[in-house]
Amino acid sequence: MESRIKEIARNLLEKDEVDGVIGYRRATLPHMTEPFMAETPEAAEQLVFNRNCRMNLSVYLTPQLFKTKKRVAVTAKGCDSRNMVTQIQENRYTREQLYIIGVPCKGMTDKTKASSDLPTDEILQANCRTCVSRNPVISDALAGEPVEELSLGKSRFEDVAAIESMTSAAKEAHFKEMLSACTRCYACRNACPLCYCPTCFVDESRPQWVGKTVAPTDVMAYHLVRAFHDAGRCTDCGACEAACPMDIPVRTFTRKTIRDAKTAYGWETGMDLSLRPPLDRFGLKDPEDFII
Amino acid sequence: MSEFQPKIVTFLCNWCSYGAADLAGVSRFQYPPNMRVIRIPCSGRVSAKMILHTIRNGADGVWISGCHPGDCHYIEGNYYARRKFFLLKELLEYSGLEPGRLQFSWISSAEGVKFAETANHVIEKIRQLGPAKRFIKKLPEVA
Repeated sequence: MESRIKEIARNLLEKDEVDGVIGYRRATLPHMTEPFMAETPEAAEQLVFNRNCRMNLSVYLTPQLFKTKKRVAVTAKGCDSRNMVTQIQENRYTREQLYIIGVPCKGMTDKTKASSDLPTDEILQANCRTCVSRNPVISDALAGEPVEELSLGKSRFEDVAAIESMTSAAKEAHFKEMLSACTRCYACRNACPLCYCPTCFVDESRPQWVGKTVAPTDVMAYHLVRAFHDAGRCTDCGACEAACPMDIPVRTFTRKTIRDAKTAYGWETGMDLSLRPPLDRFGLKDPEDFII
Repeated sequence: MSEFQPKIVTFLCNWCSYGAADLAGVSRFQYPPNMRVIRIPCSGRVSAKMILHTIRNGADGVWISGCHPGDCHYIEGNYYARRKFFLLKELLEYSGLEPGRLQFSWISSAEGVKFAETANHVIEKIRQLGPAKRFIKKLPEVA
């Protein structure tokens, strides 16, 4: 698969079809990769793909990038390609500006478990266990044979259901404990391909919507608003969790919004370029049991 | 000690629910004075940040009211609001806000009675929940 990616990248750059190929290359630490843009056919040799490519490269596909590059190629796992669909829907760039090297993926390793002796199945990232699109949704070329999708059924949202079955007080205690390690470094925000507001709400000071301290309320408010901003847009790519230096399962919040958007509006993010996101449209018969 | 008097931040849409509050007033329908009304152009204007901000600052409850679906002055604002509120309410209650602190309603400007009834209902519900303790910023804010 890796050699195929290199080959496609080299070809594209030699024929001058793209101005750069965004992919992964070896990092300085074991079990890590770093993002890398190859701009010459020779540089394409550095591209790698393995089970440590946790980053979601669509985070680098910004309008600023397309100011200097007419067209770029990018390696995309299933989840990454769904984020690209979302970004195209949100008019970040057009489909023509992108050459997607699709990579069918069987899951990435968890960053903290990757170096352990656990069997291969157990070092998978949590989000890869409930993945719904291991194959890229859109792509211009595939770097490997399509893989079989998981059959999840009800088990997909077991974790969400487990928290929902708690009492209100237990939920509050659970999240307080979960977030107690958060240092507000915003790594989860920076790794997220959805978080591209010119001024993030945490940086706004007039009005200042959320506090800037690591007091439980402020941390909670940050995670809640972030999850809510990602409602109907999150593809559960796991980049936030992979970026978290404190190993906080930040996807716990976003998964709730994914589940709700799925059950209430039948929405699965990034599966179809022709659809608008769920909060950008409405149905006349949307659920409203909660409204008096 | 007298009964607990909650403070409820109420967002009323200018075209329907605020009119209903007006009508309830001129018609002398009674409801307890526990609400602090904020007039907004449309229920679709309310963002998650505003709701969290009120809770963070110690409101015992938040009540948002807009036009009935189909009656929005801006044609479709409340339809978008409905989706937004659904996801937000679910998310907040999932993360530990007591069910009932956050209330939504549709009240048209002709429904003065419904306004008073709903106000009574919301205030009573939040009174039962007691003073808000979760998600409140207790330390003094630093400018």
